[in-house]
Amino acid sequence: MSRIETDTVFVRRDFLEPEAPPPSLGGIPGWVRKNLFSSPFNIAISLSMLLLLAWALPPLIRWLFIDAVWTGTNREACLPKNGETVGACWAFVNAKLAQFTFGSYPADQRWRPSLVMIVFFVGLAWVAIPRMPWRRQAVWLMLTAFPVATFWLLYGGLGLPIVETSNWGGLLVTLVVAITGIVASLPLGILLALGRRSKLPFIKIVSVVFIEVWRGVPLITVLFMASVMLPLFLPTGVNFDKLLRALIGVALFTGAYMAETIRGGLQAIPKGQFEGAASLGLGYWQSMRLIILPQALKIVIPGIVNSFISLFKDTSLVMIIGLYDLLGSIQRNFSDANWSTPSIAPTGLIFAAAVFWVFCFSMSRYSMYMERKLNTGRKR
Amino acid sequence: MRSNTLKTLLLGAAFVGAGAVAASAGTLDEVKAKGFVQCGVNGAGLAGFGAPDDAGNWTGLDVDACRAVAAAVFGDPSKVKFTGLSAKERFTALQSKEIDMLARNSTNTMSRDTQLGITFTGTNYYDGQGFMVKKALGVSSAKDLNGASVCVQSGTTTELNLADYFKSNGMTFNAVVFEKQEEADAAYDAGRCDAYTTDASGLYSIRLKMTNPDDSIVLPEIISKEPLGPAVRQGDDQWESIVRWTHYAMLIAEEFGVTQANVDEMKKSENPEVQRLLGVGEGVDFGTPIGLNKDWAYNVIKGVGNYGESFERNVGEGSPLKIARGLNALWSKGGLQYAPPIR
Repeated sequence: MSRIETDTVFVRRDFLEPEAPPPSLGGIPGWVRKNLFSSPFNIAISLSMLLLLAWALPPLIRWLFIDAVWTGTNREACLPKNGETVGACWAFVNAKLAQFTFGSYPADQRWRPSLVMIVFFVGLAWVAIPRMPWRRQAVWLMLTAFPVATFWLLYGGLGLPIVETSNWGGLLVTLVVAITGIVASLPLGILLALGRRSKLPFIKIVSVVFIEVWRGVPLITVLFMASVMLPLFLPTGVNFDKLLRALIGVALFTGAYMAETIRGGLQAIPKGQFEGAASLGLGYWQSMRLIILPQALKIVIPGIVNSFISLFKDTSLVMIIGLYDLLGSIQRNFSDANWSTPSIAPTGLIFAAAVFWVFCFSMSRYSMYMERKLNTGRKR
Repeated sequence: MRSNTLKTLLLGAAFVGAGAVAASAGTLDEVKAKGFVQCGVNGAGLAGFGAPDDAGNWTGLDVDACRAVAAAVFGDPSKVKFTGLSAKERFTALQSKEIDMLARNSTNTMSRDTQLGITFTGTNYYDGQGFMVKKALGVSSAKDLNGASVCVQSGTTTELNLADYFKSNGMTFNAVVFEKQEEADAAYDAGRCDAYTTDASGLYSIRLKMTNPDDSIVLPEIISKEPLGPAVRQGDDQWESIVRWTHYAMLIAEEFGVTQANVDEMKKSENPEVQRLLGVGEGVDFGTPIGLNKDWAYNVIKGVGNYGESFERNVGEGSPLKIARGLNALWSKGGLQYAPPIR
């Protein structure tokens, strides 16, 4: 009897198929229920938001796409005719697109900035994606050969016709100012942050004064000084390139902010790390490079990217010294009488906002990805 | 006190700039050596005066003034480079030799002409404050605006001129004041005021941005003097003469019917005025004394046309602005544009 029983003992070796969650919790209805309508308060918020969207979206979509003018060669296309409403004037953006991208860069030479932009974005993707082969070599190329080649291609010389920086404009200037600022301000910021924590009084004072002076002055003042006051104090006839002045101003300014961000990271490193590095016999630069900075920089990624994004948007301020970045080129064209209609200003500004948003959002997403990837042993 | 110190510093710097200019002189030689005229124009853009076209090239009445000087010096109107300047930067840029001439819709006033180390070389556009009203109002003169509400930008001389004008004509008005020009534009467009006042050239470009541009008219009265013209550094008489006479040459060409299209034919003209203008005939050479070739004015007309052509193309009937000649007509047609004779 008992034998038979043991023979029929059932030991389950695999798991039961999991049951689908109840319909009210799974899929889209479940998500909606959980995230939008989980409590009376949430229900109220969700409903009012839906109402807001229903109120705002249709006219916006209508203005942006349905009533918009897509083709045309002058203002006639975007003028309201016999009472009908006219939406966004995309024909304006279309006609001026080359100018918004390259400024007054001569048309037959525009392959040069185009090539630079393509190489830059390909190179950036190569460096940014960890799976890529030859990544370390790519980084070195981007930091050494690329800037030299870029300068040669954009400015000219050695067989290429020279295109003066006063003809550069649009997205090209935005990218040149932002990328130079980003690339120059990070090392400058690191040096200043280390300098401010240095035990050597001279280095410490120089760093503190530099940071506090540059951080205490608005960027607009820095640019204005560089463009209006500097020429008065220089001997007549000596003229720095305007773009160069802006690049130096922006790099130093951002460097000062970067220094404080990075100093925050340095202060978060426990003293044991410094002592551990010293007990291994590492010198100052070695311990900084191998132990301290990798940890400190990782902590302040959000702060660094914050500075980069704000720098990217601040590039528009170069407008006040007569350089035309993306926003400047767009605004300058509002004065073109051939296109002057009520809708070009909002259309141009929305276009500018969209381009800026794409760049800033990309930076933001990449920084989140880096944070997750580098988040070893500190996950909370 | 602090601002006084700053002012002194700035003035000092300006004088250093001006002094250095007077000492070295010879803008023409420098321009010839570098091969182009560096010209300051309106950086933010002003419709009809200095604005980019679709290809990004500068166009406008002020831009033509620069191109004309380049044509006079080099025989080629394209040998000019432009520097976009803000209202604050413009005079400093001239003093510090960043630019060779300034053509940025700048009003000629006594203090600017005498105290800044610069000289205005003439008036390429007689501007002045005017009024724009809706056609539906049925008003044809500013004198009919008694009791009207007027949109105006705050903190400008425009606001003061407006009050003066109504007071001196024994009329009342209701000012609707806005901080920014865009706000004032929108308010006028939305019908919040009967009239809009600012410089007349501005009224025409603002009118283009209205929902229905044809519903508004600019009234004929001009209530203030705003003579706009090119400027050069003080102390370089030769360069000043070149810029001044380039404008005169364009006026004289219009007066005698010399246009961009017929300038080659006109070289055969028997009219001695035209011959002297174009440098035709034995011993007729007015260019060499100012450091140019004898066909300098021919090059100007060939390059950019006469003043009337430039006006029509940039701000007149040939442009969307459609500004009437008004004060800017030739003296012989009831306007103020008057050039001394070449002889």
